[in-house]
Amino acid sequence: MKLIIAYIQPYKLKDVKQALYKAQVYKVSVTNALGCGEQQGYEESYRGIKFEVNLLKKVRLEIAVNENFVEKTIDAIIEGAKTGQIGDGKIFVVDLPECVRIRTGERGMKAIG
Amino acid sequence: MSAKALRLCLVAILALIVAVPAFAGTVSAEVSNSFSSKQGLDTVWVLIAAFLVFFMQPGFGMVEAGFIRAKNTCNILTKNFLDFCMASLGFFLIGYALMFGDGNSFAGSKGWCLFGLEPVANGVPLYAFWLFQAAFCGAAATIVAGGMAERMRFPAYLIYSFLISAFIYPVVGHWVWGGGWLANMGFADFAGSTVVHTVGGVAALVGTSMLKPREGKFAIDGKANVIAGHNIPLASLGVFILWFSWFGFNAGSTLSVGDGSLIGRVAINTNLAAALGGIAAMATVWKRFGKPDLSMAMNGALAGLVAITAPCAYVEPWAALIIGAIAGYIVVRGVELLDKLQIDDPVGAFPVHGICGIWGTLCVGIFGKASLGLANNGFIYSGNPMQIGIQLVGSVSAIAFVAVGMGIIFKLIDLTVGLRVSRVEELRGLDIGEHGMEAYGGFQIFNTV
Repeated sequence: MKLIIAYIQPYKLKDVKQALYKAQVYKVSVTNALGCGEQQGYEESYRGIKFEVNLLKKVRLEIAVNENFVEKTIDAIIEGAKTGQIGDGKIFVVDLPECVRIRTGERGMKAIG
Repeated sequence: MSAKALRLCLVAILALIVAVPAFAGTVSAEVSNSFSSKQGLDTVWVLIAAFLVFFMQPGFGMVEAGFIRAKNTCNILTKNFLDFCMASLGFFLIGYALMFGDGNSFAGSKGWCLFGLEPVANGVPLYAFWLFQAAFCGAAATIVAGGMAERMRFPAYLIYSFLISAFIYPVVGHWVWGGGWLANMGFADFAGSTVVHTVGGVAALVGTSMLKPREGKFAIDGKANVIAGHNIPLASLGVFILWFSWFGFNAGSTLSVGDGSLIGRVAINTNLAAALGGIAAMATVWKRFGKPDLSMAMNGALAGLVAITAPCAYVEPWAALIIGAIAGYIVVRGVELLDKLQIDDPVGAFPVHGICGIWGTLCVGIFGKASLGLANNGFIYSGNPMQIGIQLVGSVSAIAFVAVGMGIIFKLIDLTVGLRVSRVEELRGLDIGEHGMEAYGGFQIFNTV
């Protein structure tokens, strides 16, 4: 089992959700995130004073999958989130030792479902 | 404090109590002297109404801000703010002369920048009358911001708001209120269901059709998606402000206090139509979709207000109930219709102002009474559809003129400065894209829809 964590551009979330749905990945958690990376910040101005915003708004996705879904999920995220510009985001894949479904007490691959 | 000082104080207070009424007596005598001129009293009335109509700007601002997403809030408020500034300028330089200056039956041609006009217009000072009319002009202009919300470029909006205030609105206004051809035909629009609301509503429809729907509003199969408003409390504050200001809009259009009977009738009709519009829209949406949707009920109250604007002086209160109730039903079905036609009107500007503006204009011909100041009795009193026909001609010609005029203006703006922002800017929000600032600094907003 793997946990796939991805940081993407907020406005690409809709496209990523559609791509995941097409790849039959129906489970995802989404949270707001702030972060900085290779993408430079951008300039805002407030009452005549310019300032640089370098912690950018991103969206964090978490998807727990069984091994046979790892590549499909990664491909779907890339398909939805890629524009070719700096700032498209990153995907992290980490091992997931355990997973429990609260309602039934099921564990492991079954619980991921 | 010593007893002596206390006594002195008491004497001073007593002296004041005796003196004040005497003083007040002389003041009130002066006031009543200056009010003994009918013009003075009427000017106060018209200016109070003008200030109320001005207050519609924040009303529209709050409604539109509440009904759209957080990421475009600063943009819509900037548009609402600047369009009144642009309307004031356009209506001063050009608009007033086109609307009220002497000319032919199509447009006026005298009084550019108010030069060379009589100092008194319609029984009140020219400047007071101008302010009242300028506030109306601003209302017509600002209706469009909501219909074209969340995707229209800001420079395009600035140009649009000047042009509608300087040319489009004043020409229709001249036809109806400036002694133009519709007025000569016996067309009646007491406070502007056609002149203000149909003009604004149709301009919004033309604009929003040309802009195309917002990203994500319609699925590939054509079904409408929900793009929920971000602040219902702001939207309802806006509706209450509009309702409040509408008392100035309609009752102030008498331009005169008279013996008070006319402004009283206008005020009660205005209130009843709004109330029934709210009830009918709530009932309609409840029956059709299972829940009493507040945003739709509020649209219904505005629809009732728009509809009663033309007939408010010419109908009995019972008729205002019917006019408002039908408007409330119409607006819900109008919103559904636009969704079916895949026209994306984020705040319902066309169903509220356009469709109900037409309905209200026709109501003059249905429910109007000759004994209340209309040229002919309406259909239900006389059985004669004459006045309905006249109203229909007025409404249709205003729609045609605005559709063609605004079509050309929006097309020219699109070809020169561009009408719509880029897809990426639309997705990130116009607040950052157009203004470089957010409406809710320090808050975390989901920018994902």
